[in-house]
Amino acid sequence: MDTVIIKINDERVEVPNDFTILQAAKKMGIDIPTLCYDERLESHAACRMCVVEVEGARNLQTSCSLKVADGMEIKTHSERVIQARKDILDLLWANHPNDCLTCEKSGECKLQEYCYKYDVKETTFEGKRKNYEIDDSSPFFYNNQNKCINCGKCVRVCSELQHTNAIGFSERGFNTHVSTPFEIGIDNSVCVSCGNCVSVCPVGALMPKSKEKFRLWETKKVRTTCSYCGVGCQMDLLVKDNKVVGVQPANGPSNNGLLCVKGKFGFNFINHPDRLNKPLIKKDGQFVESSWEEAYGLIVEKVNNIKSEKGSEVFAGFTSARCTNEENYLFQKLFRAGIGTNSVDHCARL
Amino acid sequence: MNIYRSHVLICGGTGCTSSKSDKLQEKFEKLLVEKELDKEVKVVRTGCFGLCEAGPIIIVYPEGSFYSQVKIDDVEEIIEEHLLKGRIVKRLLFKDAIVEDIVKSVDEVDFYKKQKRIALKNCGVINPEDIDEYIALDGYLALGKALTEMTPEEVIETVKDSGLRGRGGGGFPTGLKWGFTAKAEGNQKYVLCNADEGDPGAFMDRSILEGDPHSVIEAMALAGYAIGSNQGYVYIRAEYPIAVERLQIAINQAREKGLLGKNIFGSDFDFDMEIRLGAGAFVCGEETALIASIEGERGMPRNKPPYPANKGLWQKPTLINNVETYANVAQIILHGADWFKEMGTEKSPGTKVFALGGKINNTGLIEIPMGTTLREVIYEVGGGIPNGKKFKAVQTGGPSGGCITSESLDTPIDFDSLTSIGSMMGSGGMIVMDEDDCMVDIARFFLDFTVEESCGKCPPCRIGTKRMLEILEKITSGKGEPEDLDRLERLAENIKVSSLCGLGQTAPNPVLSTLKHFRHEYEAHVNEKRCPFPHLRINSI
Repeated sequence: MDTVIIKINDERVEVPNDFTILQAAKKMGIDIPTLCYDERLESHAACRMCVVEVEGARNLQTSCSLKVADGMEIKTHSERVIQARKDILDLLWANHPNDCLTCEKSGECKLQEYCYKYDVKETTFEGKRKNYEIDDSSPFFYNNQNKCINCGKCVRVCSELQHTNAIGFSERGFNTHVSTPFEIGIDNSVCVSCGNCVSVCPVGALMPKSKEKFRLWETKKVRTTCSYCGVGCQMDLLVKDNKVVGVQPANGPSNNGLLCVKGKFGFNFINHPDRLNKPLIKKDGQFVESSWEEAYGLIVEKVNNIKSEKGSEVFAGFTSARCTNEENYLFQKLFRAGIGTNSVDHCARL
Repeated sequence: MNIYRSHVLICGGTGCTSSKSDKLQEKFEKLLVEKELDKEVKVVRTGCFGLCEAGPIIIVYPEGSFYSQVKIDDVEEIIEEHLLKGRIVKRLLFKDAIVEDIVKSVDEVDFYKKQKRIALKNCGVINPEDIDEYIALDGYLALGKALTEMTPEEVIETVKDSGLRGRGGGGFPTGLKWGFTAKAEGNQKYVLCNADEGDPGAFMDRSILEGDPHSVIEAMALAGYAIGSNQGYVYIRAEYPIAVERLQIAINQAREKGLLGKNIFGSDFDFDMEIRLGAGAFVCGEETALIASIEGERGMPRNKPPYPANKGLWQKPTLINNVETYANVAQIILHGADWFKEMGTEKSPGTKVFALGGKINNTGLIEIPMGTTLREVIYEVGGGIPNGKKFKAVQTGGPSGGCITSESLDTPIDFDSLTSIGSMMGSGGMIVMDEDDCMVDIARFFLDFTVEESCGKCPPCRIGTKRMLEILEKITSGKGEPEDLDRLERLAENIKVSSLCGLGQTAPNPVLSTLKHFRHEYEAHVNEKRCPFPHLRINSI
């Protein structure tokens, strides 16, 4: 890989020549704010927050899209740049409900974060604001366009990574908003409810229909592997008071920061009161909670009895894609070597 | 081939067609047959003559009699008097074509005298639906010359040497662009024509495509040869039905003659082209949005770099020029770079087509050598301001440009001088305002247009221009406060530097330039709490 030498904030640095300024700055530990940038997506250069000053260029340049060139001199936090970012935040705020007090996104909202960082304490503009009906037709999430800042991440994730193309931009200019074709609503669209749009939304426009009230700062993130299938998606469970209240995708080798509908939204069973936490044994026609020792003992006893009466071939084992590969391996081993039958199968084969 | 003693040229441009020039043609043809003159007199439906104000226009050759505002009932008289008896129908002549009872031919009329037609060379002269008429006037000769006598490099050098600059508004040197695209690496390259003309009141490109579509086809083939491309696309707005139809006819005829397709002029050069219709979004005239639209995406601009020369249509190296730029190319190849440089100014050689509109007597399409002053354009070519009113300002560059005041009327028109006086060349809209026009309202009008046409991608343009418009509306409705002017100015500067594409970056220009030259009018609105002008809101120009 060829490299180039550039100067960022008067500091020389050598970076690969296919780096963007944003990547180069990141390498140096310089934080450039972004709203529409996602390293997995084609650069969009829409939000204008990542603008920097490049020596010799007439206008400010978007660091997410501009590739480095040898000898380039860049200022990431000059007075002009900071003013431009403040102006952008001012404008975004001018068309955004001022409801951080009650907004569920509060605490992880990028607009909130940057307004705080750049000391934008109120918008200086009056005027028309968006007024859309909330699309709550999806069983899993809300689309509240009044909070949308049109960064387009949801649209691009849906198109470029999920390849579903359920949502896009409708109308233009001030009325531009994210919706389904012909405004038919999420539930009537080709949306597969993967929720990847919800995961990338930097503000509170796309929010899960949460059963719990929680603030992000009240939760603890627990990194785990999704238990639904064998792909091995990495995810962070948001845990509040020992209860799973939400899921965020994590970037693992097999999932590239994406999840499907089950991984993203299908976590309510974890703390559901109907969920079995202990084995039940039927005694006198009633299921009665028992210990694992007792349950295993009963299973072994019954298996042994049946096997000696009717032979091994009367057994068949069926396991689940929700088990790990290792568990599935052990399961077939148990049936083949332990019980003595080859009749063992798995739901994912269907 | 028949030899005709007279030719009746009927304007078939959009302006004259809308005032029923097509019916005139039918009537002429019918009556000529009835009077058995159809073997002696030929009726030709041409492209735009330019003087739309006086439409429908008919010119009868060989006399060059310039009839204006001809009505259906006048046809019989023209045939009887002029074509049968040889007596020009003076009452129907355009007012400047008869001075003190002396009849002037069309070339002697003031409107045309200062004009120099290169891009509009064949407009109003040939039948655009007949390739033979184009060929008869040296059409496709430049392509033949390039393919048989010139290397692609020589073609590019000639365009470079000519100093031709992009007529779509940017003024970027065309030859350089061709050179970049030729050098770009790629197994497939594309030649695009930007015919998504959208400035309010502008119809230069429309008239060229309506009047002389082959000039664009020939130039695109030349470009294909120069940069190594075999495929072109013309992106044209669907609201230009006559242009679309004639261009398609022209493409078909060029294919039939082997001027498009495989092995053009017996060489190993292949080139073909197709039309892509735009749905009328102004922003699709921005080259990256245009490319996105051709690809089937929503027409939103993409950040540059990468420039289309390296990564354009379907990520392939792409050359994109506008209609008027192409309309100059064949002439340059044919007559040479030096010929072209003789016209215009040193840094802006050649001519420029303008659509004259607003408060001006001769509304229409003009082509003048660069370096002509605004005064000459407005008072000589344009015939001055109607009703003896005083000139106030002229807006060039459409919604992206700025207004120019009477102090700058002697500025020679070229790319750099217009920029230096705070406006821009733009694609060629020129809208004249008189003393009755409220400049704040003019700014509001143009801003209203850009607010409507913003694609919504970046916040400065999407929200900023809307906020600007709201402040302007507050001022024009008499509710403005003194601090609104500063707020407006600051917001305008912010939008200029931080918008993604040219549309946003230039959207504040009409406001900034009127604030600069007519701040007192803004202040009058704010102080008097009303518009100081007899207030007629402009909804269309």
